[in-house]
Order: sequence, then structure tokens, then C-alpha cells
Amino acid sequence: MLTMVVELEDKPGQLIRVLEPISRLGGNVISVTHRRDETTPLGRIPVRIAVQIDDSKVDRLIEEIESRGIVIRSYNRIKHTVTTTLLLIGHIIHTDLRDTIDRIDETGFAEVVDMRIIMPELKKPSTAIIKLSALNEEKLRESVRILKEVCMGKGIRVIEPL
Amino acid sequence: MRIAIVGFGSVGRGVAEVLMEKRDVLKSYLGDYRVVAVTDSRGGVFDERGLNLKEVLEMKRRGGLPREITSIEVVRDVEFDVCIEVTPTNIEDGEPGLTHIEECLKRGIDVVTSNKGPLVVAFKDLMDLARKNGARLMFEATVGGAMPVVKLAKIDLAGNEIVSVKGILNGTCNYILSRMEKELLPYEIVLEEARELGIAEKDPTYDVEGIDAGAKLVIIANALMGMNAKFRDVERFGITEITPEAFKVALESGYTIRLIAEANRDYLRVSPRLIPVNHPLAIHGTLNALQIETDLAGEVFVIGRGAGSRETASAIISDLVCLSRYSR
Repeated sequence: MLTMVVELEDKPGQLIRVLEPISRLGGNVISVTHRRDETTPLGRIPVRIAVQIDDSKVDRLIEEIESRGIVIRSYNRIKHTVTTTLLLIGHIIHTDLRDTIDRIDETGFAEVVDMRIIMPELKKPSTAIIKLSALNEEKLRESVRILKEVCMGKGIRVIEPL
Repeated sequence: MRIAIVGFGSVGRGVAEVLMEKRDVLKSYLGDYRVVAVTDSRGGVFDERGLNLKEVLEMKRRGGLPREITSIEVVRDVEFDVCIEVTPTNIEDGEPGLTHIEECLKRGIDVVTSNKGPLVVAFKDLMDLARKNGARLMFEATVGGAMPVVKLAKIDLAGNEIVSVKGILNGTCNYILSRMEKELLPYEIVLEEARELGIAEKDPTYDVEGIDAGAKLVIIANALMGMNAKFRDVERFGITEITPEAFKVALESGYTIRLIAEANRDYLRVSPRLIPVNHPLAIHGTLNALQIETDLAGEVFVIGRGAGSRETASAIISDLVCLSRYSR
């Protein structure tokens, strides 16, 4: 997936100049958003375009669009990531929650992207739902393994997804 | 067909009732059949011309079977064709069922059992013993109650490789978890409710610690996947630590929690798992379910009643019919 913000002149026929090379390279346009309220001092309109396109064709696409004299303000490829959701039950906060999260984040290939904790009463075990994200399935499995290991050492039960 | 019923608890009685009630239908499958011996842990009755099951059930109800014959004497000395071994499960050493089954197989007598113990303790040995003596050991009732599993895989899915199984094999745990999901009540309160309804035992350890599901998983892994697994190979976590808050946060993200027994090439595991609320395994009440992954048929899913006297009798009768049909 590629998202880019191009600056287009405010006159007819501009958008097609961007879409044409995308189509020719086999890309699939997911969304086009005009940001009229962010018009540049030179009167150009930022347009955000999300495209599904083969990773290997991204460089060529950027080149082609730029060769048409269109300003690409920014673009980024969203890395293909896989996520999983787990449940933790135990004394999650008093066993250094930050350390638990850091142990995943410091791997460099996985991170905790979402977490929600419910603490019923003081001293009673709390429950957290945690979302991990990693570069690929293998790294994801590895990060789950690390999380389980960390939690086992802290007496926290990990409930894995099916 | 001469039948001996060894073990006369709720399962044994259920089988006796069905053999009595459905005689006309079953005769067309089994040929003429009679039950020549019925025993329990204290005593037993024997008649080579066939017992009157109504009378035997009545005797049991009124206090117990007379001490005419013991289970051991039946399996060692009495002449009969099929043993229905339905004594209680003991996964420590498999006894007394293990001895009963071994004695029958040694004599070339076919066995149909609902007893998990002997199969968990000595699956491979028993299968070898049966083969050596030209006898057959059928055990549909040991896993999933009335839900077809063993014959489904071995007959209907014959030729498929069973790659993995994932399922709910304990109705008590599923009842507790699905009630916790609905009511967001603590484990202890729902357990008490299950006890009052007769769904959970007074000592629920066997169910809630995943022992029962683990035993069934061992049998499935050995019978369906050709493993030689033992009970100690099962990684096992129960449901006692699950909190209502766990359901609350899970539900907010579209998940629920069930005790899932899973077997694949890498591991055997019984543990609570997060499953999407719309997943076929997110079933409610005391039901059992199993998702079987195969190489040819893809995924096959079964659901049904995992316990109960007549439900278990259903599995035993189907084994009996299978023995009779395929023996000719």
C-alpha cells in the first residue's frame, strides 16, 4: 500500500495526470481526498491518494508522476504488518507494565500497538487486551513467544487467540 | 451377538435402556442380540440365554445388582462376543477398565468403550493387542459424547490426513465460560450455578483444570493423527483464573473466551483462547464442537452433545452397529 500527497493545480484535468500512470502500472486506487482547506500559497490543492500497488513498482510510479511536473509533497509505503490480539490476566501494573511493553518494542520487529486495561479492585488481578503488530507472521509468533515468557516470569496469564 | 455390559453407572444403564427400547430397529443391524452379563463395581448378573434388562435395571434402582458374578470373572471366563466397557475413567493407571479391556482383547473379544482411562494410558498397546488377537476396540464414546469424531475421521474422511484439530471437548467448562460471557459474573458464582444444575461435579477439578479435555485430546491425537501421545504431553491450563473483566475487554474487541483443546504436529494444548464471537467454535451451553483440518477435505466442523447418558449410549450403539456390519 502506498499513500502519497500530491499538489495539484486547481483546474480541470489535473487529477487524471496522476491516476493515469497508476492505472498503467496496475495499481488500484483505494481513495482520493482533496484537502481544499489546505490550499498552498501558490494556490495548489493537496490531494491524498492511497494506492494498492506492487512494491517493486512504487519507485517507477513516483518517477513517472514527477516527470510530469507534478509535485509530490510526501509519500510513504505502509509496511505489510500482521497483528494479533491477546488477553493478559494478573497483576499487570504492579509487575512493571512499562517493562512488559518495552520487551516487545525493543525487539525492533514487533510493537505493542494498542492496550486496554481494566482494574477491578485494589490488589485484585487486572485484565488487559493487548494488540501486537509485527513485520510478518514469523516475527509475530516470535513476539508472542517473548510476551508469554515475560508474563510467565511475572505470574501473568496470557490468553492467546485461536 | 452376545453382549456383556461391564460398568453399570449412568452410561451402562443408558445403553441397557436403548438396547431394550430399540430392539426391533437394532435387530436389523446387529442381528439377534442378547445381553448375557451386566456387572458393576460391587456385583453382577449373568444368564447365557440373555438377561431381562428391565429386571436388571429395576434391581440396580432398588439398591444394587446381586453378587452372582464379578467384572473380572465376566471378562476372563464368560462366553460372549462384545464387551461394552463403561466403568468410570481413571487417567492415572486406567484401572479397572484397562484390565477389563485387555482380558477381552486377549480372548479375541471385541470391545466398545466410553472409558477414556485405558486409552489415555495405553492406546498403542491396546491397539496392538487387538490386532494381534483379531479383535477390535471401538471408542467413539470416549471423545465428544454423541458428537461423531472417531468414525467421522476414520470412515467418512478415510484417506485424509488429519493435520490439526481444535475444539471444545468439555461441556462443563463451556457452560461456565458461555454463562460468564453472557452475564459477566465471576467464575465462582457461575460454577456454583453449574453445580446446582448438575452440570459441574462437587469437585470440579477434573473438568475446570482441563484434565477431561486433555484426556480426550490425547485419544484424538493418537487415534486420528497417528501419534503416540501421553497425557503428560498435553500443555494444560484451566479456566479458574478467567475473570468477568476478561470477557468485558474481549467482547469490546469482538472476542470471547473458550477452553480450546488443540492438537497439531507441534503441540497438544488445552487452554483458554480468545476467539472471534462469530467463530463457529464460539458456542454456548454444554455443547461440544470440533474443527478438523484435513489435507483433502479442508476443514470439517462438527457440533453436538458431549455428555449425558443417552447421548453417550448413542456413540456406543453406533460402535456396536459398526462392529456388526463390518464383521461380515
